[in-house]
Amino acid sequence: MAEKLKLEVSDEIAIKIQSMNKWFGSFHVLRDIDLTVNRGERIVVCGPSGSGKSTLIRCINALEEHQSGQIIVDGTELTSDIKNIDRIRSEVGMCFQHFNLFPHLSILENCTLAPIWVRKIPKKEAEETAMHFLEKVKIPEQADKYPGQLSGGQQQRVAIARSLCMRPRIMLFDEPTSALDPEMIKEVLDTMIELAEDGMTMICVTHEMGFARQVANRVIFMDDGQIVEQNEPEQFFNNPQSDRTKLFLSQILGH
Amino acid sequence: MSENNSFVRKEMISERIPPAADRGLVKWVRENLFSSAFNAIMTFISLWVIYSITVAVIPWFLNGVWDAKTVRECYDLLDGKSGACFAVLNERFPQLIYGFKYPSSEYWRPNLATVLLIVALAPILFRRLPRQLLIFSAVYPFLAFWLIWGGSILTSVSAFLGCAIAVICYRRFSSRSFALAVLISLIAANVWWIIGGYIVDLNASFLSLEVVASRDMGGFMLNLLLGTIAVCLSIPLGIALALGRQSGMPIIKWICVVFIEFIRGVPLITLLFVANVILAFFFPPDTSIDLILRVLIMMTFFNAAYIAEVVRGGLAALSKGQYEAADSIGLDYTQSMRFIILPQALKISIPGIVNVSVGMLKDTTLVSIISMFDLVGMIRGPILSSTDWNGVYWELFGAAAAIFFVVCFSVSKYSQWLERQLETDKR
Repeated sequence: MAEKLKLEVSDEIAIKIQSMNKWFGSFHVLRDIDLTVNRGERIVVCGPSGSGKSTLIRCINALEEHQSGQIIVDGTELTSDIKNIDRIRSEVGMCFQHFNLFPHLSILENCTLAPIWVRKIPKKEAEETAMHFLEKVKIPEQADKYPGQLSGGQQQRVAIARSLCMRPRIMLFDEPTSALDPEMIKEVLDTMIELAEDGMTMICVTHEMGFARQVANRVIFMDDGQIVEQNEPEQFFNNPQSDRTKLFLSQILGH
Repeated sequence: MSENNSFVRKEMISERIPPAADRGLVKWVRENLFSSAFNAIMTFISLWVIYSITVAVIPWFLNGVWDAKTVRECYDLLDGKSGACFAVLNERFPQLIYGFKYPSSEYWRPNLATVLLIVALAPILFRRLPRQLLIFSAVYPFLAFWLIWGGSILTSVSAFLGCAIAVICYRRFSSRSFALAVLISLIAANVWWIIGGYIVDLNASFLSLEVVASRDMGGFMLNLLLGTIAVCLSIPLGIALALGRQSGMPIIKWICVVFIEFIRGVPLITLLFVANVILAFFFPPDTSIDLILRVLIMMTFFNAAYIAEVVRGGLAALSKGQYEAADSIGLDYTQSMRFIILPQALKISIPGIVNVSVGMLKDTTLVSIISMFDLVGMIRGPILSSTDWNGVYWELFGAAAAIFFVVCFSVSKYSQWLERQLETDKR
């Protein structure tokens, strides 16, 4: 196991969620969520499937609408005001389980589209930024290819670079390694670890417990749409308090 | 280990050709024509049918008379032999192409408009051509109107300037508010058109071509005119309807749904009769909306409703992840539609859009039923009913079919080429 990263966490609040509730139809998917994330924090969210962990981070950039409570991202409250939503989305990067690259655009175009049209950055400058981040995720040589020509791990790294090109202050990861072949998981996790070292605020839904131990400064366990337990990774893994957490950990670490 | 299991090859085997029955033409014939007794019988029957048709048609075609004044002269020349009377195509060629009322001294105008149409469409159809050519494509509709209908060029110039003013106003104000920008550009354009109208009236003879009324248009020119305009207008309208149908705003959504379902539920012929007869009742009594314009509106609506459904299929084929990814990097609705969703959805929709549009092009012949003299209308009306060419069916309708086939087949080939060009998501 790699060494635990020692990283600064500032007192400044990046995300504040207060008694937030969400329903899908009549199904109560998120119940009274309270969560405060400081700038520079790396949070891993885990829990059984259907526990609402993906929905929680999708609420943070308004891909899902919450019905009650408050979500404040970077000092802006998420309401149905489309201007606020667009602003928050351009500050918050997101990586999906299935990458969701744009198949009709080249890798470089995938990375420059939003900076050019949302940030209004000149094309040349946007391309330089894109190349910088593609080098950071170690695939600058693929810039002119199309997503369909890349392996899953490479596509996910492009997706990370695409988000970074918007220079986000917060990154959300929704099971970024779940759709990958085992030998490609490491290259994506390495990229994410590097990102953490740069001090990025990250919320990551994942079942990679090694990653959680190494990078996270807080692990959140969710079940039935509520936060059941949160703690520092050492405490969380070695000394879980709730029975649900114990059961979950025994199931995923059982063999 | 037993002796039988050990083996060492002394000489390598060189390559040999497959048996005679398994290569080249023999193999192809055996597999495709005579693979079973039933297929062999079918092959012989097909060969016999093809042979009979060829034997009947070839002499008819080769004996064809190209130079005669009337159908009787044709039969005299044929002298009892089987033969076609292509002379009708020769003699009535201008009528088939331009209709019987378009002044023959002005044929160069539609000809020029058609040549320029190809120039104007080229940069839209082929992405490799320089983008500056699109400026000509934008000017072309106004130029074509002047060429085909005649009158002063100022009418077209004024209409173009009005549109240009609208676009400039929209660009200037669109960053503030979409609705404000649309409103201002509409007002500005209309103000200009009113002013422009006076200027045009004062200089009505400036660079003026002989005016040709809409009822004087005819022949294949009319089919091409209706088909091209209806298809060009209905694609953007169809896309808008498809997006409207997906809209989260209930009023817009229901307007689109009702429009699409209503138009799709009514035969085109009915809509054309409405255009011809009933639509006039809806306008104030002293206004007369041009018949071609009325027909065009109906054809555009009809085609747009079908294209909307094709595009909806393309939109539905995209994964939800594409919408979410576009949202998550901060693109607004217009940007995500323009850069992410529509390019992919339209690519999927190409075969469907082309299918519907080729159908529309052919359906322009239905206007012959509301007594417009398009290619088919000319054949059925003035040509076949004239005493000179009474009864020359095969040659005329065969020619009409050939003309439509050439146009529609080219469109279909282009669409297949375009699909291959846009294939980036496959290895």
